[in-house]
Amino acid sequence: MHHLKIVAVILAMVAPAMAARPANAAQANVAVAANFTDAANEIQAVFARSTGHEAVLSFGATGQLYTQISQGAPFDVFLAADDERPALAVSEGYGVDGSVFTYAIGQLVLYSADASGVVGAETLRAGAFQKLAIANPSTAPYGRAAVEAMKALGAFDSLETKIVHGQSIAQAFQFVETGNAELGFVALGQVSQMGSGSRWIVPQEYYGPIKQDAVLLKRGEDNEAAIAFLEFLKSEEATAIIRKFGYEAGL
Amino acid sequence: MALFSIGGRALSDELWSPIWLTIQLAGITTFTLLIVGIPIAWWLAWSTSRWREVVGAIVALPLVLPPTVLGFYILVALGPQGLGGWFGHLAGVRSFAFTFEGLILGSVISSLPFMVQPVRNSFEAMGRRPLEVAATLRASPWDRFVTIALPLALPGLLTGAVLTFAHTIGEFGVILMIGGNIPGETRVLSIAVYDFVETLRWREAHILSVGMLVFSFVVILLVSLLARKSKGRAL
Repeated sequence: MHHLKIVAVILAMVAPAMAARPANAAQANVAVAANFTDAANEIQAVFARSTGHEAVLSFGATGQLYTQISQGAPFDVFLAADDERPALAVSEGYGVDGSVFTYAIGQLVLYSADASGVVGAETLRAGAFQKLAIANPSTAPYGRAAVEAMKALGAFDSLETKIVHGQSIAQAFQFVETGNAELGFVALGQVSQMGSGSRWIVPQEYYGPIKQDAVLLKRGEDNEAAIAFLEFLKSEEATAIIRKFGYEAGL
Repeated sequence: MALFSIGGRALSDELWSPIWLTIQLAGITTFTLLIVGIPIAWWLAWSTSRWREVVGAIVALPLVLPPTVLGFYILVALGPQGLGGWFGHLAGVRSFAFTFEGLILGSVISSLPFMVQPVRNSFEAMGRRPLEVAATLRASPWDRFVTIALPLALPGLLTGAVLTFAHTIGEFGVILMIGGNIPGETRVLSIAVYDFVETLRWREAHILSVGMLVFSFVVILLVSLLARKSKGRAL
């Protein structure tokens, strides 16, 4: 009897929250590449307001998220940080054919929490620092772009021993923000809204373009919210937010 | 360094490096904790201070705290604004995060209860009597400690050492947060397994994981055998 009472109390607390959602509202689980965290949070809020649907966001490195998807993770939509994994998802049978599109083109930034920490390419060549944070190149496209840029600048060999890997671009950014690494390669989308620190936007010719593709996953094929979320991502409202965070979008 | 081979294929450096690094980390952590942990266990066993159980609770904290909480505080402490930056200044480094030394500190903190608890228990189980008898025979305090207390507490010391070694080898969360995944410096076994799984290199993940499975089983068996032995002594 006692247990029933507890259940009743819990139901009484939860029921109003459940009733508050519109009758036709659905929910989609969205796997989001870590660099897109801030933009995705803002888009999620606007999406909820304008459609009544709910997008539940999970963040991680693109490679990590892909591994999870390949092992049956309950995601309906995948916002990757490259154009490889979404294509792979379709060819391996996890993604819906024809649903892939580029929602953003990212830019790589050399960032320091210190206002005078980064001047430009010469900061890398001078090497007057102890630790340089990047995202794990084998799972995070921005990490791979960072390695490409250092190689193109001829600075990779001298910097290799100073590199520390974050599990995702979010951890790499955190290492720089906490001051444990003086410098880091991060996404412009992570730092564009910040007033502090110093940054150098790495010219695009030094690394392969970071085309960030989205894909509808098989699990979300019939999910109204998942389909609506991808449509919303292409809308003027969403692309304005994406551009605000320093990506190219809506091309 | 192909000392062993599995399925006819030599283990690459990529696999050996984390194994060797982890053994070093666990060995140094165990040694450090023997030095740090025995005095703490001794004090906890015999002190009459009213702060005794408070200190005991602090020592036991890493058992209950999420590794992320420990990792968070250790990261801040190691960093330029924390103690790490202060000491680092003396040593000419900016931060102790992403260093092997930083991992040692993290492991010592998170394994502290695994050393202190068993040692404290065996000091308490031994009781005051053997020491009092030795005192009547005019053994000095240090003499009593080394020739009476330590040998009698040996099963507890061994259990503590084995548990500390094993727990350090299994440590993951704290190292993920303070390590930075540097090959040969902070990429320990558990992190290497995580990395291999995340990049779909399951052959390598399997090799390391099977090794861990066997190792962990042997450790648990060893600890239970030690526990039996110490019970036999107490009777």
